[in-house]
Amino acid sequence: MIRAWLTQHGFVFFLTLKRLISTPVTSLLSIIVMGIALSLPTGIYVLMENLSSISGQTAGSPQMSLFLKLDIKKEDIERIKQRMEEDSQIVSFQFISKEAALHQLRQSSGLTDITTSLVRNPLPDAFIVHTLENTPGNLEKLRAAMQSWPEIEHVQFDSAWIERLDALLKLGRFVVLMLTTLLSVAIIAIMFNTIRLQILTKRDEIEISKLIGATDSFIRRPFLYFGAIQGLAGGATAWLIMTLAIRAMNEELVTLAQLYDFDLQLQHLSPSDSISLLLFSAWLGWLGARISVASHLWQIEPR
Amino acid sequence: MITFKNVSKRYQDGYVALNNIDLTVESGEMVFLTGHSGAGKSTLLKLIAAIERPTSGTITISGQNIAQLKLGAIPYLRRKIGFIFQDHKLLFDRNVFDNVLLPLQISNFDNKTVAGRVRAALDKVGLLKKEKAMPIALSGGERQRLCIARAVVHRPSILIADEPTGNLDIEYAQDIMTMFTSFNQVGVTVLIATHDASLLRDTQHRILSLKQGKLAV
Repeated sequence: MIRAWLTQHGFVFFLTLKRLISTPVTSLLSIIVMGIALSLPTGIYVLMENLSSISGQTAGSPQMSLFLKLDIKKEDIERIKQRMEEDSQIVSFQFISKEAALHQLRQSSGLTDITTSLVRNPLPDAFIVHTLENTPGNLEKLRAAMQSWPEIEHVQFDSAWIERLDALLKLGRFVVLMLTTLLSVAIIAIMFNTIRLQILTKRDEIEISKLIGATDSFIRRPFLYFGAIQGLAGGATAWLIMTLAIRAMNEELVTLAQLYDFDLQLQHLSPSDSISLLLFSAWLGWLGARISVASHLWQIEPR
Repeated sequence: MITFKNVSKRYQDGYVALNNIDLTVESGEMVFLTGHSGAGKSTLLKLIAAIERPTSGTITISGQNIAQLKLGAIPYLRRKIGFIFQDHKLLFDRNVFDNVLLPLQISNFDNKTVAGRVRAALDKVGLLKKEKAMPIALSGGERQRLCIARAVVHRPSILIADEPTGNLDIEYAQDIMTMFTSFNQVGVTVLIATHDASLLRDTQHRILSLKQGKLAV
């Protein structure tokens, strides 16, 4: 029974492939159309993923600067260190004494003339703190808590850029969602029409099959396979388009990265995202075919 | 056994094709259905395969009421029946072999046995040498025989033929009648609608004649 079922499905699968190949230009064109339509939201999604992984690297353990009051004593510093070690939200911290800070300033900023002319060190002692939190809201809470410690003059934490990036990513995800929805509807419409034409040309076969005892699911099956296979091929095409686009963009990025002295390479979709893309596109094709079959098959009732 | 009880069929345009039909066909019986065109022969045959549904009355085939069959059950009824259509209903996009294969594909037959069954059916109607031919290349008589092969390949218990000798020469027609008789001899219930009086002249089988939608006794 199961074997008969499997051979039946295997038969329909190969029959569908044969049908796709028998009209190569038409099949190829609709696969390319689907591939291009899918590659648009996929492309933006890939950019978003890369952007959020960059922001994840920096914002992964956000950093705050604690500037202590100028008249601070050694035991106060020890007390702060102890407090930080007890705080579970703080991953690590680093103490920078006012002397070290001045030394660093002299070395790095080309202000040697000015700094050497200083009578006394104007810089405060400071801590650089790495925290566990990385959502803007929680970071803000932590900042407020540390600001209230008596030894602290000022906690500097630039959360604005993370918030901006976060908002940008949110907007990007929304755009991806919107494009995906719109283009999915377009793909379903394309498949609907393709299957409608197929049903029209196979009218005789459908009618005769019904007359000699074919169930509706038997008649539906080749069309659903057709939709799913063409959808899958469209998804694969979108994936290939992305591969080529990423390769081309990475070549351009190498020059840019050399000029700005940082390492940036776009990553392709992860394996699980790739599989999701293929499954989703196959499902879209199947759905378009299913709707088309449902709305056209009942019209072919033998008399 | 096929039983009609008070069966009427009125089409949507108001035309009454069958009017209060009562009849019984025993299983294994061979029955002729005659009458002028428009007498309701085709309609009666179509009611048996649930291609048309009756307006009123009950039709039972081996205890099952066809008049109230659910849509999903109709395919399984049709698989018990071999139907030879007046207009053949052959598929012209595939060869003789594949035309006969279709009923077996539909009812999920095992792939290993189908080729043998198709060839056996083609052999019975004398088309074995033409299995690769396309239907368009066949003569009228050959098409008719192809249609018969397709109707019997899945070994139905009921064989229905609507004007099977319609446009054929008398010798061809006799050939085809001999085929039906041999199917009947192996236990198949056979119903043949025809207006061809020459076929009925020396038959020993029951003849039902329809006149304006009623059975004439």
